[in-house]
Amino acid sequence: MATKVIMPQLGESVVEGTVTRWLKQPGDDVQEFEPLVEINTDKVDTEVPSPASGVVLKVYVKEGETVEAGRLLAVIGKAGEAAPEAPDGATQKVKADSTQPAKAKPAQAEPAQSSSAQPGRSKDLGFISPVVARMASEHQLDLSLIEGTGRGGRITKKDVQAYIEKGGAAAPAVAPWEEPASGELFRPSEEVFGPASGWRGDGGKGTPGEIEPLGPVRKAIADHMLRSKHTSPHVTTVMEADLSRVVAHRQAHKAEFEREGVRLTFSAYFAAAAVQALKAVPIANASLTEGGIQYHGQVNLGMAVSLGEDGLIVPVIKNADQLSLRGLASALEDLAGRARARQLQPDEVQGGTFTITNHGVSGSLFATPIINQPQSGILGVGAIQKRVVVVESQTPGGDRTDGIAIRPMVYLTLTFDHRIMDGAIGDAFLGHVVKTLETWG
Amino acid sequence: MAEITLIEGLRQAMDEELARDDNVFIVGEDVGPRGGVFRATMGLFEKYGAERVMDSPLAELSIVGVGIGAALYGMRPICEIQFADFIHPAFNQIVSEAAKMCYRSNGDWTVPMVIRAPYGGGIGGGLYHSQSVESFFAHVPGLKVVIPSTPYDAKGLLKSAVRDPNPVMVFEPKKGYRLIKGDVPEDEEVLVPLGKAKVTRKGTDLSVFAYGMMHHYCLEAAETLAEEGVQVEVVDLRTLLPLDKAAVLESVRKTGKALVVYEDNLTCGYGAEIAAIVADEGFAFLDAPVKRLAGPDVPAMPYSHPLQDWFMLNPEKIAAAMRDLAAY
Amino acid sequence: MAVTQETQSVLSKESTLEMYWTMLLARRLDERAWVLHRQGKIAFHISGIGHEAAQVGAAFALRRGSDWFVPYYRDLALMLALGMTPTEFMLGLLGKKDEPNSGARQMPSHWSLRRANVVSHSSPVSTQTTHAAGIGLAMKLKGDGGVVLTSVGEGGTSQGEWYEGVNWAAIHKLPVIFFVENNSYAISVRQDLQMGVGSVADKAKGLGLVGVSVDGLDVQEVYRVVREAANRAHSGEGPTLVEARVNRMTPHSSDDDDRTYRSKEELEVMKRDDPLTHFKDRLIKDGLMDQDQADAMDERAKKAVNEATKQAEEAPYPSDEEATYPVYVEDVRHG
Repeated sequence: MATKVIMPQLGESVVEGTVTRWLKQPGDDVQEFEPLVEINTDKVDTEVPSPASGVVLKVYVKEGETVEAGRLLAVIGKAGEAAPEAPDGATQKVKADSTQPAKAKPAQAEPAQSSSAQPGRSKDLGFISPVVARMASEHQLDLSLIEGTGRGGRITKKDVQAYIEKGGAAAPAVAPWEEPASGELFRPSEEVFGPASGWRGDGGKGTPGEIEPLGPVRKAIADHMLRSKHTSPHVTTVMEADLSRVVAHRQAHKAEFEREGVRLTFSAYFAAAAVQALKAVPIANASLTEGGIQYHGQVNLGMAVSLGEDGLIVPVIKNADQLSLRGLASALEDLAGRARARQLQPDEVQGGTFTITNHGVSGSLFATPIINQPQSGILGVGAIQKRVVVVESQTPGGDRTDGIAIRPMVYLTLTFDHRIMDGAIGDAFLGHVVKTLETWG
Repeated sequence: MAEITLIEGLRQAMDEELARDDNVFIVGEDVGPRGGVFRATMGLFEKYGAERVMDSPLAELSIVGVGIGAALYGMRPICEIQFADFIHPAFNQIVSEAAKMCYRSNGDWTVPMVIRAPYGGGIGGGLYHSQSVESFFAHVPGLKVVIPSTPYDAKGLLKSAVRDPNPVMVFEPKKGYRLIKGDVPEDEEVLVPLGKAKVTRKGTDLSVFAYGMMHHYCLEAAETLAEEGVQVEVVDLRTLLPLDKAAVLESVRKTGKALVVYEDNLTCGYGAEIAAIVADEGFAFLDAPVKRLAGPDVPAMPYSHPLQDWFMLNPEKIAAAMRDLAAY
Repeated sequence: MAVTQETQSVLSKESTLEMYWTMLLARRLDERAWVLHRQGKIAFHISGIGHEAAQVGAAFALRRGSDWFVPYYRDLALMLALGMTPTEFMLGLLGKKDEPNSGARQMPSHWSLRRANVVSHSSPVSTQTTHAAGIGLAMKLKGDGGVVLTSVGEGGTSQGEWYEGVNWAAIHKLPVIFFVENNSYAISVRQDLQMGVGSVADKAKGLGLVGVSVDGLDVQEVYRVVREAANRAHSGEGPTLVEARVNRMTPHSSDDDDRTYRSKEELEVMKRDDPLTHFKDRLIKDGLMDQDQADAMDERAKKAVNEATKQAEEAPYPSDEEATYPVYVEDVRHG
């Protein structure tokens, strides 16, 4: 069973830390209590000792990345063991017992940069041979302090021996008390052990009369939503689209996409239609800045993904206007999957110029979504419903007549920023989306 | 049977316990040849010697601290603090150490000691020889607190306190040292259990709860009220911690009216706890609000005679309060 | 753990090596406590790193198992010398039910061990000094011939209570050793702001007892001085104030930040004066031990610490009910 390495909370008001240096790479052996990673907060620089002995299976946070306390940093287990996905999201508190069952999902391929087995290629140090790695571990050496005299500047066994003999081994990583703590001699127990109900194992969620503090993700969402409403005057316009042609197209092409490893979802069609509308109505792909309206050159389309109890996240398809339907479908599948696995890179949730949110998947007919600042509009997609509609047709005699048909219909809502768009423009955009969908193929 | 004073009751208690158990010894200022400034240990130095009746330096803190050390080793010190007003330097040792030793060592270490001190006013002692300090200590789990009002109870409670394995505070009403006389049997062991109150006058119309000198004043006031046709039940609490709650509630159940009398400042004085208990657990039996009669909330008892009289309770003030409650 | 009853002034080779082992074990346990804190597994640790030689030297100079001790919170090495086990220490750190000092009622390192005559102490500093005087008084009254050692930091000698305890012992010539582990810092306050005298031992003259200042980093020196003090006590000459000059090589406690009052250079100098490495070097130089034996002891210590940590982590926490007793002796439950 793999052991998780969690970003600790160091100090009263420290809610996040930055990984400054991994002292071990995936594939490296590590002893329990051996320093594993250096982290920096604005109060403290410290090392995190490894909570277990074993092999570093996977590292989830890159050097230079700042993450909140409680976030999964790495996983340690047996050599060859599959690295689990991060099952519980970013808000997991530090617990004494850090082993928990991972959700049943196949292990994904590890990020390319850290896939070497021990000993392997380390970024700056050149090739680290097995004996050098072992000696470094045994003597707790900081290899970056040792000069390499081997080929290409490689650190050789002799180099390590010489370093140790010179007394270098006596000055390795600092002792835990040499990186002092916050300076406040006693901290609230909740800081050390988590909320009272948490560390004892009872749920404590939703206990009547109790106040449950917001986790970092929830708090971020709350702040963003409130700010958005305070920034933009929100207006929502609603239209409906007949998806008959989209359904037909999808039926006809699903299998072919599948053979190429791409799942063709309805989302891809909505994304494609939205992209075309954004090109046709550029003001919907703009932001209001202090100086004025900034028209974005590229279309970076965000698709909101629900993470259940843990809130939502919006991965962004960069340059969506350059992608075909197939490209969009593929990008959507990849991003949504990694979003749910909490494996998005920071730049994959930034830089969006417009957002689509599909509330229909949870049954909503239509909704009035909140703009994802600093964008100017957000397209809401409702549930696709077979509805009875009135269709016009011509009698053989040429008269117009009304009939009834059953069509797959969907309500589309556009919430736009009324500072730079008026109803007419908003409707022009939305109408364009509807037209694209209704005339697909 | 002999009639003795309250202080003689204390002296006899200490004499008998010193004789009974070699581990018992007395330590305090002037307890040796001087026999104590109130003569509480008169003659004991001559009888038992300097190692059993020990003069201490002028250092209340260490009278208690050293006493704790000796108790940890298995001895049974009786630590005398010359006036309860001077107990405050020893507060740390009493509250942080003696009270918590058993709990914090999960029973491995215990402090079988007695700390005794004269308390209360009405003797021209001014701010620093008249204080009531019992509420500070009755507040602390781990301690026991007793206040005798009769020679019999003084002897019986002090002997029991010496034999109790816990730290016991004994506050003695100094005004009653020589003023209060009573009968004490000469040929039997006098032991009064801790934690038991005593109904010293039966009544039906209202209950009054008191301790120390106030107990005597309440008895006097009850006499006056009896002549007016009001039957007052008087309860001498005797032990403040652990309180004999059952006796208190039983009395209230009977009379339906409760008056708590204490010499100490009104606010947060020990009687406030009695009032709270009666109001809470005796509510169903109350026929009138629970009343307290206590010392005024000024920093301490003044020296000047009329001012001291203003501060102190007396039978007349107590009778007035009883009359008032009886008429409710 | 068997207790040595040696009373000669020069220790045997076995006992000397045992002193080193005790210092080493204390050091490794202490280091582990810091790691556990940085891992977020314990809420508090107060360290004795740098004090080991003074404590072990003192403990070995007395009759462990029959003399009495009233220590203070840095005395981990002393406690190990008196027979506390690594697991017992770890249980205390983690607040587990079976920790012997208090059943997890007290913070870690608030020692109490009845079987070793170690009296329970609290957090207010120097309350234990008068207790030690009282124990010495009782020992004298009963003619037991015992000695009681009480320890405190140099900051503790500013408390009125400390003076009162020492004074009492001096008056009655009680068999007490007042052991002061002077590491120059009371949290952040340096000695020159703590006392008017240059050395704690100087206070003795004003109180009427013998005062000795010793290099607390030299375990064998401390042993010699405390042996002398014990002899003085036994012969009825009274108490001794022993000031052991040591270094506090860590911050005051686990959440302290000593960068605000100590320089990096100062810390470097202290590291070079590590009593553990000094003693090891001396033992090797004197031929009492070789490097291989030292390495073997290191391995043994590491194993002992790991085993103790594991046992303590697996041990149960106390139930809520345990917090309700024992308020009085009547409520004590044993077994």
